[in-house]
Amino acid sequence: MSQSHIEVNNLTMAYGPMVVQRDLNFTINRGDIFVIMGGSGCGKSTLMKHLIGLNRPAQGEVLFAGKSLWHIDEQERRNLLRRFGITYQAGALLSSLTLGENVALPLQQFTPLKPSEIDDLVRYKLALVGLEPYQHFMPSEISGGMRKRAALARAIALDPEVLFFDEPSAGLDPISARLLDDLILELRDSLGATIVIVTHELASIFAIGDNSVFLDPETKTQLATGDPKQLLASCELPQIQRFLTRGERQAPTGSITS
Amino acid sequence: MSEQSRKLVVSTTADQTEARLSLLGDWRIDDGLLNGEQLRQQLAPAPSWQRLVVDGDQLGRWDSSLMSMLRELRNLCQELNVELELASLPQGVLRLMQLADSYPTRNTDKSTKPKLSLFERIGKNVQSSLRNLDYILDFLGHLTMALVRLVKGQARYRSEDVRLFLQDAGPGSFKIVALISLLVGVILAFVGAVQLRQFGAEIYVASLVGLGMGREMGAMMTAIIMAGRTGAAYAAQIGSMQVNEEVDALKTMGLSDVEFLVLPRVTAMLIMLPLLTIFSIAMGILGGALVSSLMLDIGWLLYIKQMSDTVALYHYAIGLAKSILFALVIVMSGCIHGLNCGRSATAVGKATTLAVVHAIVAIIVVDSVVTILLTVLGL
Ligand SMILES: Nc1ncnc2c1ncn2[C@@H]1O[C@H](COP(=O)(O)OP(=O)(O)OP(=O)(O)O)[C@@H](O)[C@H]1O
Ligand SMILES: [Mg+2]
Repeated sequence: MSQSHIEVNNLTMAYGPMVVQRDLNFTINRGDIFVIMGGSGCGKSTLMKHLIGLNRPAQGEVLFAGKSLWHIDEQERRNLLRRFGITYQAGALLSSLTLGENVALPLQQFTPLKPSEIDDLVRYKLALVGLEPYQHFMPSEISGGMRKRAALARAIALDPEVLFFDEPSAGLDPISARLLDDLILELRDSLGATIVIVTHELASIFAIGDNSVFLDPETKTQLATGDPKQLLASCELPQIQRFLTRGERQAPTGSITS
Repeated sequence: MSEQSRKLVVSTTADQTEARLSLLGDWRIDDGLLNGEQLRQQLAPAPSWQRLVVDGDQLGRWDSSLMSMLRELRNLCQELNVELELASLPQGVLRLMQLADSYPTRNTDKSTKPKLSLFERIGKNVQSSLRNLDYILDFLGHLTMALVRLVKGQARYRSEDVRLFLQDAGPGSFKIVALISLLVGVILAFVGAVQLRQFGAEIYVASLVGLGMGREMGAMMTAIIMAGRTGAAYAAQIGSMQVNEEVDALKTMGLSDVEFLVLPRVTAMLIMLPLLTIFSIAMGILGGALVSSLMLDIGWLLYIKQMSDTVALYHYAIGLAKSILFALVIVMSGCIHGLNCGRSATAVGKATTLAVVHAIVAIIVVDSVVTILLTVLGL
């Protein structure tokens, strides 16, 4: 089962001259739930944008089943992207379309389905995230948390192979967050999707994460990768211990405040 | 407790190695902040000290103005290598100090922007102009490909969008185009009449208006109105989609931004701007006719006859051909600025302004180039 799906080799990410993270190396296996962790502003969203081919690596490469998104032609690239489902930190629903039309968009563009079939699918996908009654609302008429869930419904419209989530549960109440975790597990198990998720929710990290990478803003590189539960149990690094215990457990060598 | 204004009192030990800084009175933000300069003056003899003890026993009420002064003080002490002792300050002050220090400081490279010399700045400007030119050519290439795919029926966009944009660019702009064109026709006729009347050649007002509206003003005025109305709207729409990560979402859905966002707008403008131009020419001619009949006693029939006798049809064709170029200029300016918009509300405003300004400049430049070319060709 542990066949590699996404490989990150020596990746350096930068905005102009400002390096965000350097020398990242990790592998995401097929069917894994992979967690990207790290403090605010360390470059998690940026890493996600590199994984989905929106930002070009300053150095190194990101490979999907052995292929880099930057070394294939436009058509092949779009075909590859079509197998991704992505939710952005702020939702990124098209503001001129209703929720239903947003979810329907990829179905209309990329499947030969009839409008009535699309409508059925749209309602099913919205129901999965608890938003079926809001099908005809505009994105500006619903709350931030609801927008996130609607974006998730759009991301899973085409039953993607890889799902990327940027902080899906931020802004959700604990029960919705829990339901979202269940949904993510269910999607992985039923579709066999690989899931990459940026999150701060410790409960989710431990509940669903199979593998992870921890980015550090100070050294600007990855500090550790591995199963989060094992990192908690056996990793000695003070930054990771602090993160995974909400700052409660100081590592033996830690000297944070005087 | 009575109100007392804040005070700093400095006292030193006999050997000048240790100093005591007493904080007195109320430290409130309403009294303003003590800035670094003032603090430095108060602590002028500091270099000889080794230790500075801050005494807060007589401190009254305090707020952020005290915190700001203490942070300044600490920086100063670090600079001068003086040991700072804060222990006698209220617990709250110490806890806030600690909290403000508990986030790691990061080098964000923002504060250390080097100053550029004149030549460096010129070089950078040239570089960025070349990059822009490169981008425009790249965009034109993508647009052409998208148009080819549109003709082949392979382009991916919402046909609903095309309908909306057609509606907005066409009937939505009717009234303003009608008003402005009518007035331009009136002005042309009026200015012409005043001059031509001196030679008793009033009848040529009809030729003047026909030629002026048909060849130049109809296309140009419509284009300028549409640049301000629709070009600006395109930049704002696409720009705010950029801010909202909607454009990213489209791209990663496997849709092309040029096909999905630009193509419907180009289609709408390419269809609507020539139609509006015809309408505008007609309205201008009507304006001219009003002036002729009311002011110059030239009948409507005579006006029309004179116009059709002296202004050949190809002049109107030139006006229409120009309106197609203008349509491309307007859409490209709006869409390019929208797609390159930064990720903030201010950036959207800037993109919108630039879209209009660049469109208008480009319209006039294109118009001059076409006029020069046609003159050289003798048309
Ligand atoms: N478009 C941009 N241009 C320039 N710098 C950027 C841009 N986007 C992000 N940055 C910088 O990159 C760094 C990482 O940002 P990023 O959004 O990836 O952080 P993050 O880890 O997702 O944070 P959070 O958990 O708060 O969402 C930040 O220091 C930010 O200043
Ligand atoms: Mg982020």
